[in-house]
Amino acid sequence: MNNRLYGNLIFELSHPGRKGYSLPANQFGSFSTSQLPETLLRKKDAELPECDELTVVRHYTNLSHNNFGVNDGFYPLGSCTMKYNPVINEEIAARPEFTAIHPLQPEYTCEGSSAVAAELRRMLSEITGLADFTLNPMAGAHGELTGLMIIRSYHESRGDNARTKVIIPDSAHGTNPASAAVCGLEVVEVKSLADGTVDVDDLRRLVAENQGTIAAMMMTNPNTLGLFERSIPEIAELIHAEGGLMYYDGANLNPMLGACRPGDMGFDVMHINLHKTFSTPHGGGGPGSGPVGVRSGLEQFFPTVGAFNGNFGVYIKALVYILTIGRENIKMVGPLATLNANYIKERLKDVYELPIDSVCKHEFVFNGLKDKSTGVTTMDVAKRLLDYGYHAPTIYFPLLFHESLMIEPTENESKETIDGFIEVMRCIAEEAKEDPEMVKSAPHTTPIGRVDDVLAAKHPVVTYKQLISCADTNA
Amino acid sequence: MKYLPHTSEELAEMLSVAGVKSLDDLYSDVPEAIRFRREYNLPEAMSEIEIRNYFDRLASLNDPLICFAGAGCYDHYAPSIVQSIIQRSEFLTCYTPYQAEISQGTLHYIFEFQSMMAEMTGMDISNASMYDGATATAEAAIMAMAAGKKCTKVLVSSTIDPRVRAVLETYAHFHGFGLETVGETNGQTDRNDLQARLNEGGVAGVIVQQPNYYGVIEDFSGMADICHNAKSLFIINSIIADLAVLKTPGEWGADIAVGDGQSLGIPMNFGGPGVGYMCCTEKLLRKMPGRIVGLTKDNREQRAFVLTLQAREQHIRRQKATSNICSNQSLMALYVTIYLSLMGKQGIKEAAELSYAGAHYLHDELVATGWFKPKFDAPFFNEFCLTYDGDVDALIEECADRGFLVGVKTDDSSILIAVTEQRTKQDIDNLVETIKSIREDAV
Repeated sequence: MNNRLYGNLIFELSHPGRKGYSLPANQFGSFSTSQLPETLLRKKDAELPECDELTVVRHYTNLSHNNFGVNDGFYPLGSCTMKYNPVINEEIAARPEFTAIHPLQPEYTCEGSSAVAAELRRMLSEITGLADFTLNPMAGAHGELTGLMIIRSYHESRGDNARTKVIIPDSAHGTNPASAAVCGLEVVEVKSLADGTVDVDDLRRLVAENQGTIAAMMMTNPNTLGLFERSIPEIAELIHAEGGLMYYDGANLNPMLGACRPGDMGFDVMHINLHKTFSTPHGGGGPGSGPVGVRSGLEQFFPTVGAFNGNFGVYIKALVYILTIGRENIKMVGPLATLNANYIKERLKDVYELPIDSVCKHEFVFNGLKDKSTGVTTMDVAKRLLDYGYHAPTIYFPLLFHESLMIEPTENESKETIDGFIEVMRCIAEEAKEDPEMVKSAPHTTPIGRVDDVLAAKHPVVTYKQLISCADTNA
Repeated sequence: MKYLPHTSEELAEMLSVAGVKSLDDLYSDVPEAIRFRREYNLPEAMSEIEIRNYFDRLASLNDPLICFAGAGCYDHYAPSIVQSIIQRSEFLTCYTPYQAEISQGTLHYIFEFQSMMAEMTGMDISNASMYDGATATAEAAIMAMAAGKKCTKVLVSSTIDPRVRAVLETYAHFHGFGLETVGETNGQTDRNDLQARLNEGGVAGVIVQQPNYYGVIEDFSGMADICHNAKSLFIINSIIADLAVLKTPGEWGADIAVGDGQSLGIPMNFGGPGVGYMCCTEKLLRKMPGRIVGLTKDNREQRAFVLTLQAREQHIRRQKATSNICSNQSLMALYVTIYLSLMGKQGIKEAAELSYAGAHYLHDELVATGWFKPKFDAPFFNEFCLTYDGDVDALIEECADRGFLVGVKTDDSSILIAVTEQRTKQDIDNLVETIKSIREDAV
């Protein structure tokens, strides 16, 4: 339920003289910032809102009603692993004995926090088959960058300075090539076969053409189509023989739990998105945590990529999760996530186009509706799902198909939830035939309808001050 | 297992629909040589009671101390409702707001966050947040390099936080640009050295910090002109809470303002998560890294917010993107947005005044003991650097044994001390008495 008043911007709820805070009286006598030289002081106050506490509470509570989280319903967002975020994780992470620790305290006064980090590093190493982890990277892309830095340092330490290229599949996540560029590396794209896996012949050709200059190959396995790259041992051998290292993008690690470890696949360096595989919340886009693991001998190349110890308040939740599910259940995570995905795929492939019909892992990609005659696109299907109380799948990624609709259910979803989703997806396919205009104009039940992206980009208004000044101009 | 709902009947039915005989068959495409066939060497599953006991033990190994340390991480106060609202699952458990129709909550608060960061820094615009202050500073350097044609290096004042500098060095090394240090005099950026280095040419950006690492409030008058005359951008990393009162990066003429939002009441948490902020002039909008939320309307003519200018970002532009950043620190951006909504225009000044007053009181008390001396003759805000006539490490340990984190060592004879509005006069008097008793015991 939404209240029009509290749904305004907080600035629009401001009244001079109201306050939402309480502070103790000043006991320190006459010290005042007015004693500072005037040239060091700001001339005009920051125009922040002035609101009472209840107004602030209602405003943000109302805003929360316009969001959709994992706790609200099924979230089959491919490539994002929208697992349940256990509440016990939050309880432990919020303990003041952890939150009140300064990062530069003497070591013997924060052994508990250090032990959390050490335990987690050991467990992640065991789960991935690598030697050690740094917990400092603060997101997946930050982990990718950190991992590539490690790889460059390794080559530099050997005086192998010509290795400045990274081979990346054309189906990779956008962060892979972007991280390579930030790290000062050149991207060499390797083609995918019709089934979406790496074209090993093309790879062989690229390796031969770029001899002595390949720093690494970046891959995720299963790949972004949810397919396991069965040639992985051969690919790793090819890259290693050339002198390059193998980088594993841990975005798709979830289905591998209990089945196959990146270290055993031949990868030397990897990152893990703890906010995917290890149940820490996505938080509307962070804070995440992207620990980077390495094969033995590469630990010495961990770079400094943050001021302190990474997002401790996030990665402690991953430790709680691992201890909660334990040895006997963690091995079920991958298989059950994979089962859920295959079940959905099989139950929908008669109405949605399945370009690659084989056993998938944790996710799979449809190329829109099978019946293209209705004009209903993947975008329309996604928006119509919102009307039924489901989050949309990932759409228009990967770029290999025009109408990509990427579905990832995770292991936490029950059969009823999944059956309900399947029913709605089939219903939308029917609606597309019977009333395509209704589907094309969806969503109809959400707080807002489809938004004008072009308007936002053409005249960017990104602050309240700009909003007021453009309202004035229009008036 | 409570997170795994499948019953054995359901398993059988689902396997049959999936067209396989067993869960193992789902992995028939994984070569046997690389299958993981043993048990993980991990503890067995723990009940919630056992989890609590386990972390009771780890928590008992930590000593939360009465904090007088800063150096980039501060023990500021936050109203209790901030934490309670950010724990709402609609904010906590949702993804990046790509589906605008069901993400207006997130998009709306990010727009407010951007507005507040722009107000605090006195800059035109802001993005939706960065990881932390250090990486935000590194991204600003990369942004300057992209904006500056034929530039080869970035200058950084030696008065900047050494931990931020270390991250800058990492990024500079790998991204491939030079990083030169501008020297200091009396704990402040040396103007003559800056001018001389700018005169050499090829400088894309100059990075300074306010208050700087020693807590000194630097006078940047005219510095923007010096930079701009040399075609360099001027970048200021600020302790944002102090901008409640201090001259803003915008007023100093900065092109980019960066830093960490941790000082806006975010718990210290062993150093993270904080929230990096980045603001800039309107001219640099399209060179910015990270997400930006903009105003628009929907097909029902309602006001709405949406992620915009995505053509800068990695998921569209891949290796040509302005940065590789994808996830930022959204929930912490919500944290500081609610914090600033409650503290408001007056509260941030009042908290800043208390911090300032407490710090100056402690400073004078410590200097009055005769064992401490001001390291620099320069104005400071709520953090200051003193020389100590004894062993700094021993002082820190002896205070820690008595329940105080007295500060952070900056060199063998100096200590950096910070005071926030959370420290009462009693806390401060107790610290001073503790130091006196430590000295007496030593005699």
